[in-house]
Amino acid sequence: MARIDLDLAHAYRANPREDADYALLPLKMSFRDGGAYALLGPSGCGKTTMLNIISGLVAPSHGSVAFDGRDVTRASPQERNIAQVFQFPVIYDTMTVAENLAFPLRNRKVPEDRIRQRVGEIAEMLDMSGQLDQRAAGLAADAKQKISLGRGLVRSDVSAVLFDEPLTVIDPHLKWQLRRKLKQIHRELGLTLIYVTHDQVEALTFAEEVMVMTRGRAVQVGSAEALFERPAHTFVGHFIGSPGMNFLPARGHGGGLDIAGLTLAAPRVLPDGELKIGIRPEYLRLAATGAPGAVPAVVTQVQDVGTHAMLGAELAGTRLKARLHADVAPPAIGDTVWLQVLDAHTCYYRDEELVA
Amino acid sequence: MQLTLERVTQRVGAQIWLHEQSIAPRAGAVTVLLGATQAGKTSLMRLMAGLDAPTTGTVRVDGRDVTGRPVRERNVAMVYQQFINYPSLTVADNIASPLRLRGEKDIEGRVRALADKLHIGMFLDRLPAELSGGQQQRVALARALAKNAPLMLLDEPLVNLDYKLREGLREELTQLFASGDSTVVYATTEPGEALLLGGYTAVLDAGELLQYGPTSEVFHEPVSLRVARAFSDPPMNLIAATAVATGVRLADGPLLEVALPGDARAASTAAPDTLTVGLRASALKVEPAPGDVALPGRVELAEISGSDTFVHVHTAVGELVAQLTGVHRFELGAHLTLHLDARQAYVFDAAGRLAVAPRWRKGH
Amino acid sequence: MSTTTKPVNQKAWFLILPVLVCVAFSAIVPLMTVVNYSVQDIISPERRVFVGTEWFAAMMRDDELHGALLRQLGFSFSVLLVEIPLGIALALSMPAKGWKSSAVLVVIALSLLIPWNVVGTIWQIYGRADIGLLGYTLQRLGIDYSYTGSATDAWLTVLVMDVWHWTPLVALLGFAGLRSIPDAYYQAARIDGASKFAVFRYIQLPKMRGVLMIAVLLRFMDSFMIYTEPFVLTGGGPGNATTFLSQYLTQKAVGQFDLGPAAAFSLIYFLIILLLCFVLYNWMQRVGTQKVEVEQ
Repeated sequence: MARIDLDLAHAYRANPREDADYALLPLKMSFRDGGAYALLGPSGCGKTTMLNIISGLVAPSHGSVAFDGRDVTRASPQERNIAQVFQFPVIYDTMTVAENLAFPLRNRKVPEDRIRQRVGEIAEMLDMSGQLDQRAAGLAADAKQKISLGRGLVRSDVSAVLFDEPLTVIDPHLKWQLRRKLKQIHRELGLTLIYVTHDQVEALTFAEEVMVMTRGRAVQVGSAEALFERPAHTFVGHFIGSPGMNFLPARGHGGGLDIAGLTLAAPRVLPDGELKIGIRPEYLRLAATGAPGAVPAVVTQVQDVGTHAMLGAELAGTRLKARLHADVAPPAIGDTVWLQVLDAHTCYYRDEELVA
Repeated sequence: MQLTLERVTQRVGAQIWLHEQSIAPRAGAVTVLLGATQAGKTSLMRLMAGLDAPTTGTVRVDGRDVTGRPVRERNVAMVYQQFINYPSLTVADNIASPLRLRGEKDIEGRVRALADKLHIGMFLDRLPAELSGGQQQRVALARALAKNAPLMLLDEPLVNLDYKLREGLREELTQLFASGDSTVVYATTEPGEALLLGGYTAVLDAGELLQYGPTSEVFHEPVSLRVARAFSDPPMNLIAATAVATGVRLADGPLLEVALPGDARAASTAAPDTLTVGLRASALKVEPAPGDVALPGRVELAEISGSDTFVHVHTAVGELVAQLTGVHRFELGAHLTLHLDARQAYVFDAAGRLAVAPRWRKGH
Repeated sequence: MSTTTKPVNQKAWFLILPVLVCVAFSAIVPLMTVVNYSVQDIISPERRVFVGTEWFAAMMRDDELHGALLRQLGFSFSVLLVEIPLGIALALSMPAKGWKSSAVLVVIALSLLIPWNVVGTIWQIYGRADIGLLGYTLQRLGIDYSYTGSATDAWLTVLVMDVWHWTPLVALLGFAGLRSIPDAYYQAARIDGASKFAVFRYIQLPKMRGVLMIAVLLRFMDSFMIYTEPFVLTGGGPGNATTFLSQYLTQKAVGQFDLGPAAAFSLIYFLIILLLCFVLYNWMQRVGTQKVEVEQ
């Protein structure tokens, strides 16, 4: 268990001049001892690079990595004592489950009886006690991933466990079970866990704090609630939530907001000029015709998403989505509906950054 | 084109990959093949395409028997999980290839139109290897659309893409499908995707076709327990129950007032505990409403996904998962009572067949 | 079977008729000729007597044949014993990426490109005490070396020549096998603290199984049929110390014009190779499948 401090940047070439030269733009971040974190972002955002820098597989071009205050920037993964679970299960085909789990301990010359005990504990935790003598190669993908995880947990002094999109090859039903298992393990062992994914559900359900990244930049770090309610950047608003936040272009002047030809009273003090209004589909409600803070839009689609209905509407070229509660009778396609865009949950952005 | 598979099976050696099934994907509409990995989706697709011939059974196109005919004669377009493009041809040549094979005119114009439709117009001179995953898949899609085949098959085309990219591309696909008139068959493992694509859904499990119908109907009225299990995310809560006079009793616990049809009641009173009650995670709430059944328990785990909170509660009738809108914070081990409107419950009889389903709003 | 299958279009068979004719001429007809000869005593082109299985029996009893067969088996297994591990070791030490990788690949492959009789000639000269680098050096070091005089030296030279010639093939196959191992396995091993040997034993070797199987089969078959190189190098000598099966066969057929026995033996030779390869292949498949039984 360790606290991990990062103060670094990683560039593709020796003398970086512009943002595009960086794989990771300069950032400072601390992962507290025993915390569960997620690095969330689209492909190519730098999250895997960050993970590899933390694990020691890659050394950052600038800056340092510290574990419990000790500089480990040039230390190998072994020296940092981390464990890593990869996207596809990495197991030793020729060994049984028990031998796989025992491997890291054997390499450290731990006495056999201690190994047996530890392997038993970890197998119990992973619900694999019954499979210890089976050949690892013949098991299903989720079992193999558990073994990969187990190999990391089996060392009692492991400093952090790093996950690189580990549920990619797992079936949706089994993903639920594995996620639950990970959370239980976190509770029981109190390890520092860092999880890289592009799937926001995985990130938000797993982590206490999520770092949202795009193009090498850490855009926001916060709890699921913070990222959901008050995204600091339009990218976070778009990336978190399924579907993401609705954005409407607007212009502020004096105490009013011009949205698609209508002028609405601004509910709070806003800067003048080009703004974007963000409101999540979960909060966008139907309103009465002409209600203050509401705009008219034409319904383009109504989808039955099982547990609720998703309304798609268009206003002056901007597509909006609203989640309709199952009890509400959905309007017909082509109808004009009024949507409450200004309310307590609305976020206001200028130049993509949150201003109010 | 109307594609019909009549009583087809697929056997490879001693293994049965597809049990006898018949399916006629609705012409001009989207049919989703939903099932876990190895459920038989790809096998069924290959039969539809003509890549494999069924061991028994007939394949018809517009009434004509095409069972033995190879795929080359069938006029089918197919898109795979693995972004398959001709690696040595540029994007423009890739998209143009089916057009060239047919000797069409104005190839350049058509290629440009398709590329713009899929937002890859600026990559026409690049090689597929120089593009990102999402862009490569768009090239594959453009090529499939260029073929303008009456049958378009997509085998989990978005599974190797980023979450957000998947969302965006799925929406675009829905619009593309709606604007064309091909019959589209789309395979996926995610129930959510089936719902978003709409159209019709065929649920497959272990090589069997369990149900085929309009997507909403299959979701809200699963004919069996297996379908309900396959078509739910998060997994449906299943509780053993017994029939009693006014409804069903959950595992010696609370009573749900439901109207059981006669035969199901008779079968169950004879063998207690053989009914299964299915509760969707979204049917369980924390705020009580009049008439709700209470299920007290202890919080085991709370997962916040931003827009929803999934709380795992250990109750007297078993482990239940509830999906609550918004962010809710729970202390682990805290007492929590879940509330359920009995009308939201599904009841499956001893054989796993649907006996009671909640009312739902049709007509989308 | 489907009762409504359309009758399969048979016209395609006509398209391969030319190929069939060629194959018939170049392979089947000669093979049938050999079978024909093997059951006849050919005293002269006009006088032939049908002798049935007499030649087969004679060849099976032939002591010289037994000797050649034993020498051949010894050679093939020595070759495998040296070339496979050496090839793997080479593959492991070859750089994986960059220009160095391409350079090493080209240099290694050079010996594979040399015509086989040239290989024999190279080593023949190489081993000579007067003008050969090897022979001269050994002589200067005081080592008694003569591949024409000593049977051991002849054997060693033929072996070393084959290793020099063909190990690169094993190395190339091994290299290809190694390249297909995803990086994550090495990373995981590093994290698990595995030694280099453990990485080799538990990751690299198992993952190379497929290509190694090919390498073993190829080397075995080729070495079992070897003719040109030893013939050019030692001529089968000294005496018959390095006379392997194919050379013995040629001596019989071409040298002594004993077509009957030679034909009979050719068929036996062919069947031996087939049998050994079959056994080898099945053994390796079984060893492989044990580990991959219920792979899903």
